[in-house]
Amino acid sequence: MLQRSLLSLLAVVLLLGAAPSQATAEIEPARQRELLHLLRHDCGSCHGMTLKGGLGPTLLPQALAGKPAATLEATVLYGRAGTPMPPWHGLLTEEEVAWLVALLMKGVPDAP
Amino acid sequence: MHRSLLLLSLLSLLLGGCATTTLRGTGDLGLIIERADGSVLIVESTHQQTLARIEGLGDLSHASVVYSRDERYAYVFGRDGALTKVDMLGHKIVGRVMQSGNSIGGAISQDGRLVAVANYEPGGVKVFDADTLELLADIPAAYGDGKFSKVVGLEDTTDNRFAFSLYDAGEIWVMDLRDARNPVIEKFRNIGRQPYDALVSMDGRHYIAGLFGEDGLALLDLWRPERGVQRILDNYGRGEQPLPVYKMPHLEGWALSEEHAYLPAIGRHEVLIVDRHNWKEAGRVAVHGQPVFAMARPDGRQLWVNFAHPHNDTVQVIDTVTHQVIATLKPGKAVLHMEFTPRGEHIWLSARDDNRVDIYDTRTLQHLGSLPVRNPSGIFFTARAHRIGL
Repeated sequence: MLQRSLLSLLAVVLLLGAAPSQATAEIEPARQRELLHLLRHDCGSCHGMTLKGGLGPTLLPQALAGKPAATLEATVLYGRAGTPMPPWHGLLTEEEVAWLVALLMKGVPDAP
Repeated sequence: MHRSLLLLSLLSLLLGGCATTTLRGTGDLGLIIERADGSVLIVESTHQQTLARIEGLGDLSHASVVYSRDERYAYVFGRDGALTKVDMLGHKIVGRVMQSGNSIGGAISQDGRLVAVANYEPGGVKVFDADTLELLADIPAAYGDGKFSKVVGLEDTTDNRFAFSLYDAGEIWVMDLRDARNPVIEKFRNIGRQPYDALVSMDGRHYIAGLFGEDGLALLDLWRPERGVQRILDNYGRGEQPLPVYKMPHLEGWALSEEHAYLPAIGRHEVLIVDRHNWKEAGRVAVHGQPVFAMARPDGRQLWVNFAHPHNDTVQVIDTVTHQVIATLKPGKAVLHMEFTPRGEHIWLSARDDNRVDIYDTRTLQHLGSLPVRNPSGIFFTARAHRIGL
C-alpha cells in the first residue's frame, strides 16, 4: 500500500519533471496527493476510478486528445449545463484545475 | 459406542475436505468492498470480525452485491463489467464472467435462479443463470435512432420480473423473465429527463426512479401498470437553482417506512418525506449536506443519512416520528455506505479515506468498534437475500 503510493508519487514527480509549467510549480506535493485522490475517488464516482467512464464520459488521454486544455479547464471549473457535471470552482483553484487537466491529458499514473 | 466412533470418523473424513472444520450458517455474514484493491472481505456481524479477504475481482469502484436465496453465494457487480460469484463459506471465487465494458449493478430474481446486470457500455441488461453464470438473455437498451442508453436502477420485483430505467432515453422498462430465454418487455416512455437511480418498495409494488434532469420522481405502480408512470413530488425544488451535485444520490435501500417514503433531494440539503398513501409531499427535513443514502433502519424508526463531497465526513440520524435530526455523527473521512444488521440494532459505516469500517449501536448511538478495511465502500449483509429490491 505504502509502496504503491510512494511509487505513484514518484511517477507524478517524474511526469511533472518532464514538463514543468507555471501552474504545477505552485502546487505543493501534499496538495498534489490530495488532488490525485480526489480525481480517483470523487471524479471517479461518475467517471470511474480508472477514468474509463461511468455515468460521465471517459477521461483517458485518447478521449481527450485534440481538445483544447482551456475548454477542459472551463468544463471542470464551471460544469456542463444539462449534464450532472458540477462546477468545481470554490473547491478547486484555477491552478489546481490546470494541473489536473494537464495530468489527465498525459495520463494519470496508475495508482488508486 | 461403536456406532458413535464410526460416525465420528466418518464426520472427520467428510470435514477433512472442507475449508473449515466447524459447521456454520451464513445468516450473519456479509461482504465489504475494498474498492481500490479489487478485493472483498467476508465479515461476520455476530462477533464483528473479518473472516477472509478475497482478491482478484477487478475494478470495484461502485461495486454492489446480491445474494443467493440460501445465502451461500454472493454475486458481485464490478464497475469494469465483471460479474463474480463468491462462495461465502468456501472463501473463494467460484465463477466469473466479463459481461460488459462498464456496469452499474444488478439484481437477483424472486426465485433466485436469474442474475440480471445493468450496463452502461454497451447500454443494456444481461441475464445470467445464477448457478452457472451462463448468459440467458441480452436486452440492448435501444432507443431513438439506433442509439443505446445507459441503464440504471435495475431492481427485482415479484413474478421474476425486473424493472430498470434508461438514463439517456428517459424510459422505464419492465422485463418479465418467467421464460428467461424469451424476455417479455413492457416500455414506458417519456417518464422524465435523466433517471439516475431507482428503488422498488419491499412489497415489489412501487418502482420509483429519481430524475436528475428535472424536479420530481417517476412512480410506476407494478400492480396497476395500465395506469402508466406517474410524476410525484413535481417541482419539489420550486424552480430554484439546484446546488451542484458532487455525488449522485442512491435510492436503493430501506428508504421506506410504513407511512412514508424518504428520498434524498437532488441538489438540495434536504430529505424529502412522501406520504405513501397518496404520494404527496408530507414534509422535508433540513440536513447537513446533499444526501447520498437515506436509509431507514429495518424497523423504520430511524433514518440514517450520509452526504456527498465535501460533507462526506458526517452522518445524521433522523427520528421518523418527530422528523427531527437527533444526532450528527462524524465517523470518519468519506463515509460512503451504511448497512444495518438484519434486525437493525447495529449499523456498519464505511470510512473510505480512514481505511476503516465503524460499528455503531443504533439505540445508544455509541461507537462499538472498528474493523480495518482498505478504502471500504459498499457493505452488504446476507440478509438482503430475502428482501425484494435489495
